[in-house]
Amino acid sequence: MTMTKIVPTLTVQNLQMHFSARDGIVKAVEDVSFSVAPGQIMGLVGESGSGKSMTAYSIMGLIDPPGKIVGGKILLKDQDLRDLSPQAMRRIRGNRIAMIFQDPMMTLNPVLRIDTQMIEAVLAHQKVSKGEAREMARDALVRVGIASPDERLIAYPHQFSGGMRQRVAIAIALLNKPDLIICDEPTTALDVTIQGQILYEMQKLCRESGTALIWITHDLSVIAGLADAVCVMYAGKIVESGTVQDVLGQPQHPYTYGLIASSPSRNLPGQPLRQIAGMTPSLLNLPSGCAFRTRCERATSVCENTPPISTDGARTLRCFHPMQDAIKLVAEANHD
Amino acid sequence: MTEPVPHLQPLLELRNVSKRFTQPLDAIATVANFFGAKKTAEVVHAVDQVSITIHAGEVVGLVGESGCGKSTLGRMVVGLHTLSSGTRWWKGTDLAAFSVAQSLQQQLAMQMIFQDPYASLNPRMRILDIVSEAPVAHGMIPAAQQKEYVAQLLQKVNLDPALARRFPHQFSGGQRARIGIARALAVNPELLVCDEAVAALDVSIQAQVLNLFIKLRDELNLTYLFISHDLGVVRHLSDRVVIMYLGRIVESSPTAELFARPNHPYTIALLASAPKLEVKKIEFYAVKGEIPSPLHPPSGCHFHPRCPHALPRCSVEQPLLEEIAPQHFSACHLNDVAP
Amino acid sequence: MMNTVIESAETTKSEFAEETPFKRFTRNFFSSKIATAGFITLCLIVLAAIFASVIAPQNPYDLTQIDIMDSRLAPGGQNIDHTLTYLLGTDEQGRDMLSAILYGVRISIIVGVVSTAIALLIGLTLGLFAAYFGGRVESLIMRAADIQLSFPPILVALILLALMGPGTSKIVIALVAVQWAYYARTARSAALVERKKEYIEAASGLGLSPLRIVFRHLLPNCLPPLIVIAALQVASAISLEATLSFLGLGLSVTEPSLGLLIANGFDYMLSGKYWISVFPGIALLVTVVAINLVADQLRDVLNPRLQTQ
Repeated sequence: MTMTKIVPTLTVQNLQMHFSARDGIVKAVEDVSFSVAPGQIMGLVGESGSGKSMTAYSIMGLIDPPGKIVGGKILLKDQDLRDLSPQAMRRIRGNRIAMIFQDPMMTLNPVLRIDTQMIEAVLAHQKVSKGEAREMARDALVRVGIASPDERLIAYPHQFSGGMRQRVAIAIALLNKPDLIICDEPTTALDVTIQGQILYEMQKLCRESGTALIWITHDLSVIAGLADAVCVMYAGKIVESGTVQDVLGQPQHPYTYGLIASSPSRNLPGQPLRQIAGMTPSLLNLPSGCAFRTRCERATSVCENTPPISTDGARTLRCFHPMQDAIKLVAEANHD
Repeated sequence: MTEPVPHLQPLLELRNVSKRFTQPLDAIATVANFFGAKKTAEVVHAVDQVSITIHAGEVVGLVGESGCGKSTLGRMVVGLHTLSSGTRWWKGTDLAAFSVAQSLQQQLAMQMIFQDPYASLNPRMRILDIVSEAPVAHGMIPAAQQKEYVAQLLQKVNLDPALARRFPHQFSGGQRARIGIARALAVNPELLVCDEAVAALDVSIQAQVLNLFIKLRDELNLTYLFISHDLGVVRHLSDRVVIMYLGRIVESSPTAELFARPNHPYTIALLASAPKLEVKKIEFYAVKGEIPSPLHPPSGCHFHPRCPHALPRCSVEQPLLEEIAPQHFSACHLNDVAP
Repeated sequence: MMNTVIESAETTKSEFAEETPFKRFTRNFFSSKIATAGFITLCLIVLAAIFASVIAPQNPYDLTQIDIMDSRLAPGGQNIDHTLTYLLGTDEQGRDMLSAILYGVRISIIVGVVSTAIALLIGLTLGLFAAYFGGRVESLIMRAADIQLSFPPILVALILLALMGPGTSKIVIALVAVQWAYYARTARSAALVERKKEYIEAASGLGLSPLRIVFRHLLPNCLPPLIVIAALQVASAISLEATLSFLGLGLSVTEPSLGLLIANGFDYMLSGKYWISVFPGIALLVTVVAINLVADQLRDVLNPRLQTQ
């Protein structure tokens, strides 16, 4: 069987994004590399200050001064987005790459009707008539599971609940059939049952349309159920990446291990949770070498040097002392 | 974790309480009504005929989604909201019967830990003052001993006492959460109501704060009402779980029992929707429909429009909580159907 | 590692050790050159006003010191004996303009600041009570404020002064009456926002008295927008008082403010003796602009959205 080389939808190579604060340079994104294949769902996991949202904004070209992309390549199929002029980038945004934010009101204009906004999004990138654009809008609403789309089209955002607004934002993202959708914590602010609905829809959509998806979150359990691959970020760098089975099943990096081990489902009920000591360091004041060493139980003096990136097939790791011996995390008896 | 001994008097009890928020008609609407427009004042039944009992030493988990009334109920427990109807009992006595002076004692015995670590501390006060204000104002400690008292409390919550003279903006979210806990502990409470106390924190900090709760419970014999939307956390911490939907309790049970044998269709939907940290790709379960607005709750059983097993009876008659297994209560008509 | 972890001071932002909100504020305020220039100008004006009796070449309201023979001299003119040089000229009474302006600035600033301070106090208290207690109290106070604000300030001031008669204290009363409502309304909206925040709920849950909550918790956090308004209002009060004096309803001739000086010299504008009106006018302009620059920077610095948490 011949293996046809599939061009990944997105390839990010050694991305660096810094911004100059009054007290120094903040290295928000440092040496980030990953790729997403067509139809693949990749999770970008990290806590606040890890650089996951900044990576997304860098890909979208939404970084304003004092922030600046200072290095690396962002390849959409095989075109480097950094080489594009602002006008050319505008043609890509909303068309070939779409973004969904945590707050749907970042996408929706509160004073415009839904159909107006959606038609606008279509006409900005496609040469169709208004009527055709409206049909496309209606179809997109149906695809995201909105019942009675005709009523919803003539309504305003404030008449919708949070979950509904997020669905509309997703529909807008889908309108121009993008190659890649980046979702920045879209369900974090939503109720559990509504989150379940949206995750269900997203899973279905990606399968059907072959759109690549980057899902940014701090919630590992969402990634476990949704994503194919995952990148774990800490203090601006990807510390571990690979398939979800590998990284979440047998985490190698002490940070990933610590995150999973601190989840209540992996601990005996009522007993203290295994915890990661300390706090995320300020990005202005990172420890030398491995940024995690101040909180890591396995750190030694060698960790004051920058850890090497080890690659093993699709898996990468940045650590001097990985959790070697295939430590399987304890799944407690009374948890499923 | 000890199961509470049933015959002991409960620490706090709310009997048949309700909380209604009314938006009264303004002058224009009253005039409009005079001309025949049938405008009614909007009433939100945030909490509708709820009874809850908390025994000393227990951790009761309160779970629900937006509009279910859990935050309102939590505030009713500590007295931040008045009751529209129903009674509130502390150690077997009706709280309405106490004098103002005695009520202060009860007031201090129940404290709340808030969700937003940024908004829950006065930005213009030093930590020292934030924590010591109430005990000094109520004469619990002499002003001269302020510093040592606060130092003690900060150490209890794993913060360096040398930081006491700083202001809230100089601390991280996790540290501010701890300061809020220290403030609550300063008045020697017996019951702590945690209203989504860890929801706004980073995952790695959540574990630290949850461990702090566990440690304090053991050290200080505290009782908790733990309000959260995160089932994993509730399952880990609670002895008993209460599920609310649109102002009513739909199910209540000891933790292990609830997760092993959930009864109410809403509980089942909630458990199925919650993403789990398992490595196999799962198909997400979708409950149909939106959460209704508390302004216009469905008739009968509030959940019937979204329930996959709804009977005609469900849209007409409100189901009452019935004991379907020892200590396991559920409000569902399906339990009455003969097997 | 299940030991308890004591988080040490090094892990928190070391560059902000012991920084009080005030230090942070001054650091932010002086980062703008224009605002710093405005602040310095204002300081100079205030100092000149305080030490007017010391720096002024003469006391223009001491009848023994002025000489009607020196009236309407152009700037740089000298008296008959050539002992005094009137740097900014003289008015129709022979008063030295520079001295008159220095004394006038003092009066203007005092009236402006005092009336603003009193209005702030009254408006702040009423606004806080309205927000905290709600219900009838709130309705009463807010309706009174609304009624007050629906009248043009000049009109209200004129009517009050017509009823009360002229005089410094009456002017202050009129200015307070015109301004309090603005503070009350702003204080109330700021307090309404703050009241919903959890630290107020916490204070309530800790059994603290409503009075303590209003003054110890609500007030300091509602102050920033009010300080900005107060700063701007000082300028506005000074202008209003100048207008009233110009119209002849203001302060008495023996203690003229800048407005009255401008009024006095107005008749001489057409005959070319501009300095009697123009110089006090410039002084007024510079004062108001300096205050506005400072107030603008205050507003930007105190804006919570621009503050880093």
